[in-house]
Amino acid sequence: MHHLDQLENRSIHILREAYSSFRKLGMLWSIGKDSTVMLWLARKAFFGHVPFPLIHVDTTFKIPEMIAYRDRLVREWGLRLIVGTNHAALAAGDTFPSGKVDRITCCRLLKTEAMKTALAGGPGEEPFTGIIAGIRADEEGSRSKERTFSPRTRESDWDVDDQPPEFWNQYKTDFAPGTHVRIHPLLDWTELDIWEYIGREGIPTVSLYYDQGDGRRYRSLGCHPCTTPIESTAKNVQEIIAELSTGKLSGIAERSGRAQDKDDAGGLETLRRDGYM
Amino acid sequence: MEIAFVGHVDHGKSTIVGRLLADTGSLPQGKLDQIRAFCEANARPFEYAFLLDALRNERAQGITIDVARVFFKSGGRAYTIHDTPGHAEFLKNMVSGAARADAALLVLDGHEGVQENSRRHAYLLSMLGIRQVAVLVNKMDLLDRDQGAFDALVDSFGRHLARFELVPSHWIPVVGRTGENLAARSGEMAWYHGPTLLEALAGFEAARPLEELPFRLPVQDVYKFTANGDTRRIVAGTVESGRAEPGDELVFHPSGKRSRIRSLEAFPGPGPAIVSAGMACGFTLEEPVYLARGEVAAKAGEPGPVCANRFRASLFWLGKRPLHSGRDYLLKLGTARVRARLERIVRVLDASSLEPRETPEAVARHEVGEVVLRLARPIAFDPGQLPPAMSRFVLVDDFEISGGGLLLEGLAEGVASGRAARFNQRPLVILLAQEGKGGAHDHGLDLALSDAGRAVYPLPALMAPFHKERLTRMAEQARLLLDAGLLVLLPVSEPRWTDLDALKGMLPEGRLKVVWIGDGPAPAGLHADLAVDPREDRTLSRAILRWTGVDAAEAVSPLETGH
Ligand SMILES: Nc1nc2c(ncn2[C@@H]2O[C@H](COP(=O)(O)OP(=O)(O)O)[C@@H](O)[C@H]2O)c(=O)[nH]1
Repeated sequence: MHHLDQLENRSIHILREAYSSFRKLGMLWSIGKDSTVMLWLARKAFFGHVPFPLIHVDTTFKIPEMIAYRDRLVREWGLRLIVGTNHAALAAGDTFPSGKVDRITCCRLLKTEAMKTALAGGPGEEPFTGIIAGIRADEEGSRSKERTFSPRTRESDWDVDDQPPEFWNQYKTDFAPGTHVRIHPLLDWTELDIWEYIGREGIPTVSLYYDQGDGRRYRSLGCHPCTTPIESTAKNVQEIIAELSTGKLSGIAERSGRAQDKDDAGGLETLRRDGYM
Repeated sequence: MEIAFVGHVDHGKSTIVGRLLADTGSLPQGKLDQIRAFCEANARPFEYAFLLDALRNERAQGITIDVARVFFKSGGRAYTIHDTPGHAEFLKNMVSGAARADAALLVLDGHEGVQENSRRHAYLLSMLGIRQVAVLVNKMDLLDRDQGAFDALVDSFGRHLARFELVPSHWIPVVGRTGENLAARSGEMAWYHGPTLLEALAGFEAARPLEELPFRLPVQDVYKFTANGDTRRIVAGTVESGRAEPGDELVFHPSGKRSRIRSLEAFPGPGPAIVSAGMACGFTLEEPVYLARGEVAAKAGEPGPVCANRFRASLFWLGKRPLHSGRDYLLKLGTARVRARLERIVRVLDASSLEPRETPEAVARHEVGEVVLRLARPIAFDPGQLPPAMSRFVLVDDFEISGGGLLLEGLAEGVASGRAARFNQRPLVILLAQEGKGGAHDHGLDLALSDAGRAVYPLPALMAPFHKERLTRMAEQARLLLDAGLLVLLPVSEPRWTDLDALKGMLPEGRLKVVWIGDGPAPAGLHADLAVDPREDRTLSRAILRWTGVDAAEAVSPLETGH
């Protein structure tokens, strides 16, 4: 079986396990390439349907093209979308760099807190018990310690050192009341796999990933104040695959354009213990 | 082909593997000379064991070796040898199936003789159910390549191995250093006529590729998404082995339901022409059979899985709390998820010392054991590790995956009720006592029960006089039918109650219900479970359906999901 088919089949299996195991299930959709591949896999797993809502945490600082792309797919693919925004923090000016907090705090308020609120469900609704997220083990150190089904406490805390074993496609689908489980169908994919799969399947992506003529492109998408493009002349999927295959970028972390990863040593791990994706 | 390589330290495993790589031309160009030169330069005697270390250190050579595995080809067959870095890792790898071994080689230093780990490793092989084993009696040069010394070892160690039912297919006298009887026959041990190591390996039966095994697909879910006018009812799951295509008749285990595949589905369509091992797929069926997650689809005409609710299993335990008989666990195998209890511990080993424990009452963390498990209801599985996913299970204790293992075999009583589970009913004998002559047929009872999905066998009416002999024969028949999982109707006319008591004594406990069919209450001596008016046949069939139904509380939870 082809490598990409193997990855695809495994991810579909995981998505279906998640759907069978959790009463209240949602999928985090960042609009980026990974979670859009995951969305595509969900449509394959459920034969053209996406039988759970997508949750997009909108900091209101996203690059406008991302929002236009998001709304177009919602319309065309018949998706249910929940948008989580921390209006209180925005109103109070607790933002970075425009407001009065530092970068990591801004991330925590506009992303982690907004997400926690969205995951708690609307008024009178049950909280989500299963949350599908498109992280990959090769992205960044703390993510390589993840499990496919990763339990979180009620406060969304992640106990890195006491994780359940996973073997033989048997995952943690049983959980104590008040806790929830993060499901990671893309854990075994690499950045190159993602691009090869996007190319093979013809999955629509935001044009920000491609060089528009100024010799720069985004490798990872986020909020515009804290995300910078990389030097690259890759203008389409095939050129990105070529670029990744030559190892030209191998010395540069994929998320190097994402400032929150660097602010303190282990910045992302700190955020992640706290519930960040 | 996957080979486990075990033996006491210094008995010559690395030497033998190194020699095997060299003698089968599996080494990277110039590697051997490089190591020889290195040894000379450092004034050390050349050791084949160095070769392995050197290869391990440059894992770029990954084609030949990685952390714990060595790869080589011979006679058109690819071999993976699983080395044993340490007991704990080995155990976990072996039991967890990370290293699924088709066969094992046990290395024994003929000069030093049987050591502690020779015995322990042998014991493990037996516990893991590895049936193809060859013993390499190494360092025969130190025994002057003497047949008598070899025979003595074969005799004493052989008797030891027989104690745990391990019967090696070959005992091979070898000299690791010189490669004698490894790839090439030894000229100096002409008395030995058995196979060389390579010949023994070639003789081992390899596991068949998954696609060539019988079809197995554990049902993950049944989808009926109605958005955009979708009317498909799609059975979804990942194929563990075999292949299937539209038109194939499937049998679902343990329920025994059947239907043909109408179409293979996919998004974006059209679906594939055929699905095979490894594919996460979906299909629609010709008949609208009601299916639950956890059932296993097999193909009619191919060997089906075993259904049982009692098993012998080997397992390793990772839970903080020991595994013991006083608790309820959840067993997950494939997509089945069933309440489980530890019925009995057969034996337990400590995973790091491999020390067997006397009269263990629980399996503690990091211990490995062989146990008997009992489930709340039967599940379908395939013993013998093929396909692996159909015998590997995990146990969940209090929300946590706390252990894993292999189901080795279904046990007697469990297998019988597995047959019953195929019919999705509790087998019972219904004794229909009535005043007049006439059988169950008169009431249309067997038809009503069959229509409701029960597998019914109406015995001919038993009529007076009731000789002991006839009753015994009747009881024998009823027992057989019960064992086959059937619902048995036994009409009895004008009985003498004391005769019926004798019959009751001959049937298994709890497998008999007595019904009185007649006007007015049942005769006191009958001890009837139910008395019904002959005109009210609905009451009777409903009661029987209730008695023979599979406990509703034990049914699997998510059945069909709609959106
Ligand atoms: N005399 C003799 N020594 C051997 C033979 N095979 C291995 N040895 C030696 O036994 C020692 C241990 O061998 P090694 O392969 O490292 O054992 P391992 O610990 O089982 O891997 C080494 O010094 C080898 O040279 C043999 O057939 N004859």
